[in-house]
Amino acid sequence: MTEQLFGYDDQDTWLHHLGGATKLLAFLGLSLIAMASYDTRFIAAIVVLSLFLFKQAHIAWRQVRLVVKVIVTFSLLNLVTVYLFAPEYGVQLYGSRHLLFGQGYFTLTQEQLFYEANLALKYIVTVPLALIFLITTNPSEFAASLNKLHLSYRVSYAVALALRYIPDIQTAYHQISLAQQARGWELSAKAKLSARFKGALQILLPLIFSSLARIDTISQAMELRRFGRNPRRSWYRDHPFAKADWLTLGGVAVIIGIGLWLFHQNGGRFYNPF
Amino acid sequence: MAKRPPHHDPFNVRTVVAIGIGTAIIFILKRWVSIPTGFPNTNIDTSYGVLGFLSVLYGPIAGFLIGLFGHALNDFTQYGTPWWTWVLTTGLIGGSIGLFWRWFDIESGRFGLKKIISFNLIQLLTNGIGWALLAPTLDILVYSEPANKVYVQGVISAISNTVSTGVIGTILLIAYAASRTQSGSLKREE
Repeated sequence: MTEQLFGYDDQDTWLHHLGGATKLLAFLGLSLIAMASYDTRFIAAIVVLSLFLFKQAHIAWRQVRLVVKVIVTFSLLNLVTVYLFAPEYGVQLYGSRHLLFGQGYFTLTQEQLFYEANLALKYIVTVPLALIFLITTNPSEFAASLNKLHLSYRVSYAVALALRYIPDIQTAYHQISLAQQARGWELSAKAKLSARFKGALQILLPLIFSSLARIDTISQAMELRRFGRNPRRSWYRDHPFAKADWLTLGGVAVIIGIGLWLFHQNGGRFYNPF
Repeated sequence: MAKRPPHHDPFNVRTVVAIGIGTAIIFILKRWVSIPTGFPNTNIDTSYGVLGFLSVLYGPIAGFLIGLFGHALNDFTQYGTPWWTWVLTTGLIGGSIGLFWRWFDIESGRFGLKKIISFNLIQLLTNGIGWALLAPTLDILVYSEPANKVYVQGVISAISNTVSTGVIGTILLIAYAASRTQSGSLKREE
């Protein structure tokens, strides 16, 4: 089950050899600047770059097929909703109006199309990067790398625990769900809303209470091993920074620099071709 | 249990473990357990009820980080991009409800009508402010989405998350309190 969720695939590319901390910083940096910028040229360039990196990571289409479909559906739905709610929003943002067709409420303007194209780019820009991150980063190394970024090791360890226990809790969830169905609880779409609500509770209660017992067991075991006594700890999967890590971070810094410089050039976050 | 960990320290070993397991639970619930309301595209996300419960149990730091990590991890693996404004809002809601954990003192085994009403007032306020005001406003500022769209989305989420926290959170808290031994429940035999 974890393989399906996180899909870490141990291969031998330079992206796999990069440290988890490097990839996390690079992802956060690029996703924040792509979130802030509305410069189409800049975001399109990042899309091209991340698709190129995607190619470099030797990821097979079948590994990402499902998640890509979900993302495309979600993005299309959101774009349509934006249009239904505010068909003239682009006009308002870019301060000009080039009508293509339509009249009354539902008009189609060049500005709206351009704005929605920007939104679409922004929805997908970091997707290849996220997939690269998920498929090329070992979960244990990821937790160690959080600590390397000077996040408190207690918090890093909490993340490590989460990644470690997601498969276990998922298994528990499936077992409880099957057991309750065997007892006659109808949980599928056929049941009425109230029945499904009760059904969900019948799963939640045992799931939560067994997890609370798990929290007590694990924390007692950790306390016996003196977790949290020292200000620092070492990690089994530690990854020292190499030249490639510094080069990657340097590249990301340059891209962020360009993004910030474009804010200055455009006199704001938006690039206005009209 | 010989010695219960001091349950008023907001960041002890038990908090660390609770953040880890809590994040895993929220992640699984967001992925698998949502209840359709009958309106299209509007599901009741059971994870918000559990988040409120865990926040009262383990405090503000745990509540904030469980919400933040659980939501971010789910977005990241499901959509490829954490929707940062909503991720932050989930964290803040967990943290705000968690602020009152000492007052609720659920370990004492008492969770009567007064506490039930206070819990629901607190969650109504935090969910209302968080989803109907904070998250959409951040969406406009950060993502430049049209105001009417994000406020409608926000109000729908505020209602469904309040229902989730109110019903599931309250039931879990009552069940948990009932499973604790009430302090002072033993009397010396005369």
